[in-house]
This record gives sequence, C-alpha cells and structure tokens, in this order.
Amino acid sequence: MFEQNISSLAKQLRDKDISSVELTQYFLKRIADLDPQLNSYITVSEQQALQQAAAADALIQSGQGSSLAGIPIAHKDLFCTQGTLTTCGSKMLNNFIPPYESTVTSRIQQAGAVMLGKTNMDEFAMGSSNENSFYGAVKNPWNTDTVPGGSSGGSAAAIAAGLAIAATGTDTGGSIRQPASFCGITGLKPTYGRVSRFGMIAYASSLDQGGPMAKSAEDCAHLLQAMAGFDEKDSTSSETATEDYIGNLNAPLTGLKIGLPKEYFGDGLDPKIADTIMAAVKEFEALGATVKEVSLPNLKLSIPSYYVIAPSEASSNLSRFDGVRFGHRCDDPKDLLDMYMRTRAEGFGEEVQKRIMVGTYALSEGYYDAYYLKAQKIRRLIKDDFTSALSEVDVIMGPVAPTTAFNIGSKTNDPVAMYLEDIYTLSVNLAGIPAMSVPAGFVDGMPVGLQIMGNYFAEAKLLNIAHQYQQNTDWHLQSPSMAEGV
Amino acid sequence: MNWEVVIGLEIHTQLTTKSKLFSGAAVGFGAEPNTQTTLVDLGMPGALPVFNKEALRMAVMFGHAINAEIGMTSVFARKNYFYPDLPKGYQTSQMDHPIVGKGHLDITLEDGTTSRIGITRAHLEEDAGKSLHEDFQGMTGIDLNRSSTPLLEIVSEPDIRSAKEAVAYVKMIHSIVTYLGICDGNMAEGSMRCDINLSLRPKGQEEYGTRTEIKNVNSFRFIEKAIYTEIERQADTLEDGGRIIQETRLYDPEKNETRSMRSKEDANDYRYFPCPDLLPVELTQEYVDEIKSTLPELPSQKATRFQTEFQLSEYDANVLSSSRELADYFESALSITKDAKLTANWVMGELSKLLNQEQVEIQDAPVSAAAFGELLVRIKDNTINGKTAKDVFQAMWDGEGSADEIIDKKGLKQVTDTGAIESMIQGILDANTQQVEQYRAAEPDKQKKMIGFFVGQVMKASQGKANPAMVNPILAKMLKG
Repeated sequence: MFEQNISSLAKQLRDKDISSVELTQYFLKRIADLDPQLNSYITVSEQQALQQAAAADALIQSGQGSSLAGIPIAHKDLFCTQGTLTTCGSKMLNNFIPPYESTVTSRIQQAGAVMLGKTNMDEFAMGSSNENSFYGAVKNPWNTDTVPGGSSGGSAAAIAAGLAIAATGTDTGGSIRQPASFCGITGLKPTYGRVSRFGMIAYASSLDQGGPMAKSAEDCAHLLQAMAGFDEKDSTSSETATEDYIGNLNAPLTGLKIGLPKEYFGDGLDPKIADTIMAAVKEFEALGATVKEVSLPNLKLSIPSYYVIAPSEASSNLSRFDGVRFGHRCDDPKDLLDMYMRTRAEGFGEEVQKRIMVGTYALSEGYYDAYYLKAQKIRRLIKDDFTSALSEVDVIMGPVAPTTAFNIGSKTNDPVAMYLEDIYTLSVNLAGIPAMSVPAGFVDGMPVGLQIMGNYFAEAKLLNIAHQYQQNTDWHLQSPSMAEGV
Repeated sequence: MNWEVVIGLEIHTQLTTKSKLFSGAAVGFGAEPNTQTTLVDLGMPGALPVFNKEALRMAVMFGHAINAEIGMTSVFARKNYFYPDLPKGYQTSQMDHPIVGKGHLDITLEDGTTSRIGITRAHLEEDAGKSLHEDFQGMTGIDLNRSSTPLLEIVSEPDIRSAKEAVAYVKMIHSIVTYLGICDGNMAEGSMRCDINLSLRPKGQEEYGTRTEIKNVNSFRFIEKAIYTEIERQADTLEDGGRIIQETRLYDPEKNETRSMRSKEDANDYRYFPCPDLLPVELTQEYVDEIKSTLPELPSQKATRFQTEFQLSEYDANVLSSSRELADYFESALSITKDAKLTANWVMGELSKLLNQEQVEIQDAPVSAAAFGELLVRIKDNTINGKTAKDVFQAMWDGEGSADEIIDKKGLKQVTDTGAIESMIQGILDANTQQVEQYRAAEPDKQKKMIGFFVGQVMKASQGKANPAMVNPILAKMLKG
C-alpha cells in the first residue's frame, strides 16, 4: 500500500475500499516498526492523525474534499503547527508548541490531508546531511550507514521508506532537491514567492521556499496544488496566479528544448553520475526533446555568495531566540547578558552557531561592502546567467549533487567538502527559479537525482516534464529493501 | 572663548495609524500590557511583517509638507541589537533609501528673525516595546503593546544654532504633523520625542566639534533647558582644557543636568541590511501627486494667508496659525465678527490667557468659537465696552450662558443715549465745580491729562456702562462750557 500514489489511494478512499483511518493506522504502524532504524520523525502525532483521518472519512463520505482528503502525509518540523511541538531540529525549540498554524500546513489541512507527524531535519535547516539535528541524525533507507541528505532529510527518508505518502520540505540552498536525490524520491523547490513562508521558521528569508516531496511528480503536483498561492500574510509571496498542476501533467514533450550547462558536468562530478544524467537526457530526446549546451558561467561563485547571504540573514532571523518569550532559556541567569549568552550557547548546535557568527561578521561595519554587498552583486550575475540561458531553452537539466549519499560522519569534519555538496543547487535559490529532483537511476545501489530547472513560475511545466519521464521510466517506483521488509 | 553651538535634531513622531507598522494589532496608549499584540509584534518564529499602507501615506504627506524629495523606492532595513523589549532582535527601519529625502523648514523666532533648517531625511521605523523595571521583585517585565508602533523619524541637518531655534524648529514640526493629522503631538505620552545632537566650536571655525547626543527629550521646555545645560557643560569642559567625549547622554529634568548613558566605544554595531521579509516600496508619481493634492493648508501657508487676507502682522499670523485648532477657532470666530484685528487680539489675549491659566487645550475650551464671536460682536456694536466684555467672557467660561444672556441678566448694556450721557456728565460737573474751574483755567496740554479724572467719574457713575467712545467728545464739549 505504501508504494501507491495519491490518485490511486484517493480513488480507493472514495470507493470505500479503504478508509482514511485504516490507511493512517497502517502508516502509523509502519512508522512504529521502521522509524527506529531511520529516525525520520521528531514527533508522531498519532491521536491527532487518527482524528483528522476520521474527519477526512466523513468529508469523503459527504462527497467533498480534494484529492488529498484522507491521505497521510508528514510535515518538515519547521512548519509551525498549532498545538503540535515544532522544534526546527533544535534544542532551542525543544518545548515550543506554536499557538498558530503555518499557511502551508493550514492549506494542506484544509484540503483534508492527515498529518502523521513532524519530520527530522538539520537544525534550522542548516545542513546537507541531516546530521545537524538535536534529535539525532537521520539514516538513508537505501543504506542506513549513509546520510539521507539535508536539510529536509527526515521528509525524504520517510517517503522513501514508505512512512508517509508525501511530505513538505523547504529548500534554501538545495534542502528539498538534494535529499530527494539521495533518497530516490521526487521533490520540487518552487519559484521564490510561489508558496507562502508564513509560519515557516526562517533560515534565510530571501532564499527559503517550501515545496512538495513525494515518490512521483504527479503526487508532488497534488501537494503543490494545495500549498501554492498568494498569501497576504507573506509580503514576498507572489500574486501570480497558480496553474492547474495536475491537469498539465500529460502535455506532450515534443519540441521541448533542454539546455545542458557545461559547468554542471565539470570537475568534481562523479563520472557515473554524469553517465546516469546523460542516460536520462537521452530518454527525453526519445520523447521528442532537443538538447543543446548552455552556459552558467558564474556557477562556482554561487557557493561563496550563498554562504555570505544565507548566514547574514540567518544571523538576524535567529536573534529572536533569546530566551525571553519562548523556547529554551538557561537556568538561573546571573543577568541579562548571561541569559543571552548561555541560552544561545546551549540552545543552538555547532553548525547554527557557526553560521550566526559568519553572518554577524559579514554584516559588520567595515565588512558589509566587501561581503554582503558583493555577494548580492554575484547573486544578480547568477540570476542573469539563468535568464540568459532560459531565453535559449525551455528547461535546464543537470545533476542535483556531485555524489550519491555519503557515509554518516564522513564529511562532518570537512565543512568545505560539505558545502561543495550544494554546488548544483545553491544557484537556483539565489536566482529564485523553480527546480526539481527526479529519480534517474542508481550508482552502486544508491539513487541519483536528475535536476530540472525552469523559468519563474514554470512549476506546471517542470511537473509535466518530470511526469512524462516517469511515465516512461520506473526509477521513482523503486523502494529500498527495508521498506519491503515489514 | 566665544562658542558657536551646532545642533541637529532627530524627532521621533508616532503616527496616528489605527494599526501597527507591520501587523494588524491596534495602536493605543495605556492598554493592559501585552494585549495589543500579534505574532508579528511578539517576534514569534515564522511570523512575517506586512507593511501598513496608511503609514506610507502619512510619511509621503510629511515629505510634501517640508518640500522634500519623496523616495520613489524606499527600502526597509534591519537594525540588529539584542534587548528584551525588542522581540525580534532587530528593529525594522530604513537606512539607505528612506521614504522622505532632503527637505527644509523655515522658522521664525519671537524677535522676527527667520532661518531655514535643512531636513536630511525622514524615515519609517517600528517602535520597540517597553521594559518595566518596577513591581517585579528584581525582575524586569516586558510590555510589547508598543512594539511595531509606527514612527516617522525626522532628521535635521546640523543647521540649528541656539536653543531658541531648536525649540522653534520642534514647534514647527509639531505644528506640521498635527496639522497633517499624522501625529497627535502628545509629547507627555511619548508621541513625539527628540534626540539632540550638540557640539560647540569656536566662532568662525569651519570644522565641527565633537558632539554628544541627548536622548529622548519629551517637552519643548526640556529641550530648551537640556540644550542650555549641555552647552554650559561642554563650554566648561572645553575651557578647562578638557575634551568632549562622543557619547549618548540623558537629560534629567529634576536635577537639570545631562549625564552619560554610554560612550561610542560601547555603541552597538547595528549590522544594517535590507529586510528580506519586505519588498522595496515602489511608488508611482500618480500616488505621490494624489497625496499632494489632498494636503491640508499648512501652518506657513495659513500664516501668509492671514497676513494678506486679514492684514494681520507677521507675528500675529504666526501665533494664530501655530496650531490647527487655534487657527480654526480664530477663523470660526472671525466669520461671525468680520473684524480680524479685534478677533486676533481677543484670541491671543483673553482667550489664550484663560487657556493658559486653566491649563485647557483650545479644543476643550468651554466657550465655543461661535459664542466667542457673538461676544466680540457685542463690543463692535457698542452693546458693551471692552472692559465689560472681559467680565462677560469670564462668566461665559464659567458656564453662565451666552454673551447676550449674561449682558441681559446682569444689565451690562452700554449707555449709548446721548441725552442720558449728557445728564450724567452734568451731574458730575455740578458735583466737582472746583475741578471744572481748574480745568478751564489750564493750558490745552494740561487739559488732556486732566480730562481723565472726569472720564473716570463718569464711568464710575455709570457702573462702567457708559460708552467711552461717546463719553469723551461730549465731556470735552461740556467742559469747554
């Protein structure tokens, strides 16, 4: 049952072949059985899930509810959920139960989906391996010695292992796409502004974007349909109308122009991954697409630019975690300064502290022009690179990450190697365009994701392209053996 | 040493929007702590700011009022620092691209001298909450009702050269923002607060001296006193061979002194950067022009009109236009009296005197402008004289009725019957034959002085009701014999 897609489950729910309560119980049992090996959930909200499932059954009974009604999903633990612990993977929010609901989770709830729980993540979404969580590392269901990627590693691992049909993630520099690639699932980072950030705990506000993660592009389309759209509570959300993401899935790809950026296939890319990506591109050619080389000359600059802008914003965004109003507060503070220092030293993990310091430095008087302003200039160049390339082609394809999932602990002492993991994903966030990771094969038994990048608000197009690919391949249907082993 | 004082002012005006700068919470003074807050004002994780368009409109109005460049693209920036009543750990303000750019104001001192004060900029920012250090047994209470309340910070050039100029400038800003209705001007409740940047330099020197900043002075009188005190302190220090330390100081009105709050070395590095949660504010020329066209008449325009339309002196015109309420009162009364000079004199004289004496704002005056006008009409039509009118006005203030009712009830109507006045004078002359003879024997110059005695007697005999304008010529004629 876990390998079924949303359309099929929705039909069974409507046909009364199964109830949402039964489906929810089934997934809760899988979580109880399998998650101890993976640690993909921080919170499993069993009671609430069963209540929501019962409500969904009633909704379906009355002939209402969207395609998501009664479908068990999970939320990354940085979406604030009213009455449910929301930790952001941090000790700082170990006790934080929001009295409000994020726009994304609220819309998905309105659509009738059932929330199984909150998934593990790198603390405050800072990380590419999900090792930076106060709640412990998440393991990749394809090989539990390896990482699931990050920061939405819990969501990716849960979907791959069949512990949720779909999940939300967020992507600031690759945090949906890279774990999707590592875990062999499909993930979409929408255009900046497509999905409301209200109630999403901010890491880097100008880069953060929530998006859907699921086995297939089709399931992502169902989730995105519920998530996307203007929100008056988020000033940076776009008023551009949403499209019919499901209705557009079956458009033919004839005449599709694919660009391959030469910079995405250079040094540092595992040649076996390059072969896998090229095989996928061949598949598109067979579907009627044409391919040409394009250039994104400033790709390499995306790493320094990102690692100035994101920490700068983070250093300010995370100032509110001061022990005054909510979250962790140190015991017996001597005075105000002592409370600030110990609260934050105790509450934040190493990577978060590192990025706060980097950001604080970059914004300091005398350094601002050399770091922050320069990074913004590079950001403009990167944006122009994409605009220029996307004037020649419809979409750009390439790898998501230079490697497959690496071993837990193998890069924790080499931050630069860890940051290089993000080379193919960061520039998309800097430009604000949408991009997907689509399962495209395996290297040494580990999944490889194909990245498809499109123009602003081209989500429907990306989902259509991915769906057509998935109609002709079965990489997205593969499950790790542990998922079968219940 | 002959010192020249150089002053620049930063004035924080709280805008009268219904809701906060970045949230829908109500703005108000004196509510229960933490009842006027939303997720945004509390700095909850995931909460996002939404810019209040009404505050934008008010800022643009102010920009027009000081002939400033309007920032067609303005950008909110974060000013980062930790403080318990600053819930997000940063204040959202404007740095490089303020909503209002360079402008200026012309001010007039009491002695009639005028000067032009440059305004560097005015920018929108949110206020912080309040820390309450009392009543919490050694702990600090935080009230976030004020958090995210909209402020317009108006920054002047260092063009001010005296305490008097500073006060005149602040009064002018006060009058503009209250005219525009964008600030209630209530300084006691903190709706307008002033930071004073002050330095001294030897007269004739180009280069500025080291300045200090006196924070949060909240009355016209304290601004003046703080400046005098700080000038004296700086002059004393410099003349004793010391040097001024660039620092933030506080003015203590009780001791009438300024004291050091923190020095520049302890100052925060605020790490300003554009707020990524808010888009740049882009204005269209149409929007800016539309606001300009709805601007009310401003104090300086009103003062000019009062001079040309009503032939008032510059001083009178400036005083009457200094507040919108005073000007409105004057004009309402004038529409009844049709006598600008008489109305101006009475508004600035008796009315202002009673307002001051009773500590009443003009909008709360117990005598309406219309009733006040009716009283002045009775002076004009000789029903009562000016002296009686003052008593009638006091009675009106005390709630005894309209001018006519009081005149009637107390029998204060002036005697204007020539025959009655003549017979009254005859009685006085008959009773004072000696004085009459002395008068008739005197030189014309002396007579002018002596006639006062008879006038006084007549007024006394008439209980003030004789019309002095009539008494004088009749008396002069009858004294001639």
